[in-house]
Amino acid sequence: MRFTWFNLMPWPYLPDDFREKHRSVWVDIPNRLYDPVKGNAVYHEYMDQLEYADELGFDGIGVNEHHQNGYGLMPSPNIIAASLARRTSRAAIAVIGNSIALYNPPIRVAEEFAMLDVISGGRLIAGFPVGTPMDTNFCYGQIPALTRDKYAEAHTLIRRAWAEEEPFAFDGKYNQLRWVNCWPKPIQKPHPPIYIPGGGSVETFDFCIDYDYNYSYLSFNGYLAAKSLMDSYWERVAARGKDASPHRAAFAQIIAVADTDAEAERLYKEHILYFYNRCLHVAPAFQNPPGYRTIKTIKATSLAMLQRRAQGRQPEVTWQGLVDGGMVIAGSPETVRQRMEELIKTLRVGHVFCLLHTGNQTDEKTRHNSRLFAEQVMPKLRHLWPEWDADDRWWIHPLEQRVVPNGRVASHLQ
Amino acid sequence: MSTRTIETPRGTRVRVLDFGLADNTPLVYLHGLNGLLDDTKVFELLAERHHVYVPELPGYGESSGEDLLEDMLDFTLHGWDVVVALGIHRPILVGHSMGGMVAAEMACLAPDAVDKLVLVDAYGLWLEDEPIPDIFAFLPFEFGDYLFHDPERAAALLTGGTDAADPESLRDFFIGNARSLGTAGKMLFPIPNRRISKRLYRLTTETLVVWGEHDRLMSPAYARRWGALLPHSRVVSVADAGHMLPYEQPAALARAVQAFIP
Repeated sequence: MRFTWFNLMPWPYLPDDFREKHRSVWVDIPNRLYDPVKGNAVYHEYMDQLEYADELGFDGIGVNEHHQNGYGLMPSPNIIAASLARRTSRAAIAVIGNSIALYNPPIRVAEEFAMLDVISGGRLIAGFPVGTPMDTNFCYGQIPALTRDKYAEAHTLIRRAWAEEEPFAFDGKYNQLRWVNCWPKPIQKPHPPIYIPGGGSVETFDFCIDYDYNYSYLSFNGYLAAKSLMDSYWERVAARGKDASPHRAAFAQIIAVADTDAEAERLYKEHILYFYNRCLHVAPAFQNPPGYRTIKTIKATSLAMLQRRAQGRQPEVTWQGLVDGGMVIAGSPETVRQRMEELIKTLRVGHVFCLLHTGNQTDEKTRHNSRLFAEQVMPKLRHLWPEWDADDRWWIHPLEQRVVPNGRVASHLQ
Repeated sequence: MSTRTIETPRGTRVRVLDFGLADNTPLVYLHGLNGLLDDTKVFELLAERHHVYVPELPGYGESSGEDLLEDMLDFTLHGWDVVVALGIHRPILVGHSMGGMVAAEMACLAPDAVDKLVLVDAYGLWLEDEPIPDIFAFLPFEFGDYLFHDPERAAALLTGGTDAADPESLRDFFIGNARSLGTAGKMLFPIPNRRISKRLYRLTTETLVVWGEHDRLMSPAYARRWGALLPHSRVVSVADAGHMLPYEQPAALARAVQAFIP
């Protein structure tokens, strides 16, 4: 089992009446709510926490990309990752990822990921999301019905740019480049491990399976709700004749550890409710631009939120509802261990993105949560898939001896 | 009315409604972003004087092959492919909403092949001071509010009489929208301006611009802008009509067209 410490980097100062005053935390949230002076401290706190996670022994530290978003302050995750590549020397740096259809031309992603892989000594995990409709269509103006086609072309271009050793011409529909020539190129061969964050689009399954990419189901609905989707994923894996290595899949989970179950509620409740009630307040209007989802996927989606009578009526979530529903795994180290084991076994995942900072959680509580998980939970979950312990196909392959800042040399600690 | 399906050389399949006498002057009507609604009154009225052809755009209703159409030039050439496949020579082109954008592009591309042009609440321009609402961020029930002067009529017309509060009907409506507005997005997303204004100098065809006084997507300022950009044009405003003017005031539209084309 592998565990990546992940921070969405939410803005922790959304006002109490945010839900009443604003229709969405994403796309049209007015940026007068952002204060760059406070932001200076927020970025450093979040980046310090990612570095702390490396010290605590997490296998990876993770960042992602969102735009015009009050709960995701990383429009450019590569900037954060670049800093982590210098300030850490052990953990995988999981950039989950760059929305490759948004880079013009997408060779930019091939170049920047190669830079990160080389600077970090081969520690990059490269994520290629299609991108949410909020980011891709409404914020970055891509035509919904052509987004997947453009994504597919960008993927082809990046893979070829990493593989070829001579310049080549690329005559794409969205990108015409007479000279493609990727300098630098990644350390990891044939490429860094590729992870595809999915939100449930059925088309993404086959793409991951056929290319042997990791399917990372990033949902804030928790592991109980994810079961049926992950079951269909594993059915597809079997149907396409691939082995059932749990390392083919990852899952993101909000986790809150304290000395006792009651203490977990006392410490983390307000911050987790902040996340669900303010940070996830996304207008339904921005979630379904016609053409973004395929008809097949729409048929499998609930549309009740699109009804007139549903507007403004999403009920506030409660702590008990979140814990019972598995959206949040919270409690004593033993409670968390049991539920994590259940998550790992029922979803059949070899990798968990651990959301140990949630909403407006303070730095002190975040470090407490992370330390308890690393010291008292993680070690007991390490070997839940003993027959697949040696399977490193979806993991980084760093240099044995790699240079770190000031000319020092670090050796591979694994 | 009769209906047939034609296939264009590109490979799209297009359902075409046909109204009026074969001997009359041909008029091709290009529908708007919401496609063809059940109500055919406006076509029957236009057919009193013209032979009216109403092709349905691929991606809408029974027409297919929308994956073959990706950008504005594709949609413009598709329009001409349909005219050719129908065996029509120098038609009158009437375009509503998104169909107006296509009709104007067709006329810019081949001005001599168009007899007269009628633009009804047509897309294609963008005025900095009058930003067009983002139809792609509408919830299903909001279309009625924005498209019609009278939202009461909207619900019945847009959903074909089904109940938008019923989950199954909502799903069908949403799936239909995903396909049709997904196609429309290739012309209209994210800003419905594919720079036709720089081609309008080619449009020497006599043009009538008809606009709903209460169009909540594009205010009458857009009608005035079309009028200013087209030297051979006149602008007519229609009362008690929103963006869906052809369905809200079919008689007024037919009268305006007949007055323009004696």
